[in-house]
Amino acid sequence: MASALINVPKKAKRGDIIEIKTLMSHIMETGYRHTATGEVVPRDIITSFSCRYNGVEIFRADLFPAIAANPFITFFAVATESGKFDFEWIGDKGFTETASASISVE
Amino acid sequence: MSVSRAIRVAVLLIAADIAASPLAAAEIPQDQRRSGYSFMTPDTQAMQDDDTANPGMLWVLDGEALWNSKAGAAGKACADCHGDARASMKGVAARYPAFDATLGRPVNLEQRINLCRVGHQQAAPLAFESRDLLALTAYLAEQSRGTAIEAGIDPQLEPFVAKGRELFMQRQGQLNLGCANCHDDNWDKRLAGSAITQAHPTGYPLYRLEWQSLGSLQRRLRSCISGIRAQAYDYGAPELVELELYLMSRARGMPIEAPAVRP
Repeated sequence: MASALINVPKKAKRGDIIEIKTLMSHIMETGYRHTATGEVVPRDIITSFSCRYNGVEIFRADLFPAIAANPFITFFAVATESGKFDFEWIGDKGFTETASASISVE
Repeated sequence: MSVSRAIRVAVLLIAADIAASPLAAAEIPQDQRRSGYSFMTPDTQAMQDDDTANPGMLWVLDGEALWNSKAGAAGKACADCHGDARASMKGVAARYPAFDATLGRPVNLEQRINLCRVGHQQAAPLAFESRDLLALTAYLAEQSRGTAIEAGIDPQLEPFVAKGRELFMQRQGQLNLGCANCHDDNWDKRLAGSAITQAHPTGYPLYRLEWQSLGSLQRRLRSCISGIRAQAYDYGAPELVELELYLMSRARGMPIEAPAVRP
């Protein structure tokens, strides 16, 4: 039941700097922990995050084991045209999640 | 020094301090009660205030999906009986733990959800602290955001509130501390750099940054009990529910802020 919370302003003026906030549900298991019986808990993390604005990649991040569970990634973009932001998270064990948000630019 | 080690050392120091000083054991006056929220840094407060930054909302989303999905042999969803939770569940969490006439004792919100699952949905009860149970609890608790806590008003609950209060005051464990020694008498001090706080359960289930997860009030109580080096009661034990009930009645009138964020 992975789910994402996305915060992108619905409207902006052309040239505005807007803040984009994303929160993804994920345990981010480091791979460095052991169970009570001594077995290693296998690593299970998100390894990459990207954001495309009308098809053009505007932000990308690599994630590592030191990043806390439920990664909260925020960044800024310049609102140039109306359209769609597409977000993608890729991780261990075949994890892929996508989300999108629309913006209208006047 | 690791955080938990530092806390242990600090607990010992405080324990020594408390053992040396005569106990005040004064309850906190109504007008001086403060939510744990007011002890947090502005950064953590901002995280709780923004629903797209508050990780607890991930569980609320899951809870909403579970509320509307059918479960068990009866093939019913919560919504089939209770309708839209936004209307039917408003203020409910503020009244829990509540008296259950069949069992003759108080049950907390998690136990109520499981009673409903077993009795009406004919489904297996959800394990304490499982993602699904936390999600449903968070979804219900969120419907009471801003509602004043009114748990423990029911006169049938009186003996149970009293038992919970007794447990709150009672010293136990290797450190020989009661809850009141920290949360009534020393809430304005710090323990290994962390605020002690007044122990008002206004935001449960809540997202603790230390846990990197949502957790119930019983999880919090159990880790406090381990902290004073006493044997923690099992999840769902009557003692924990009574303690929960006393804490909620002690916080009566304070607004629910679930799902809260705490360090």
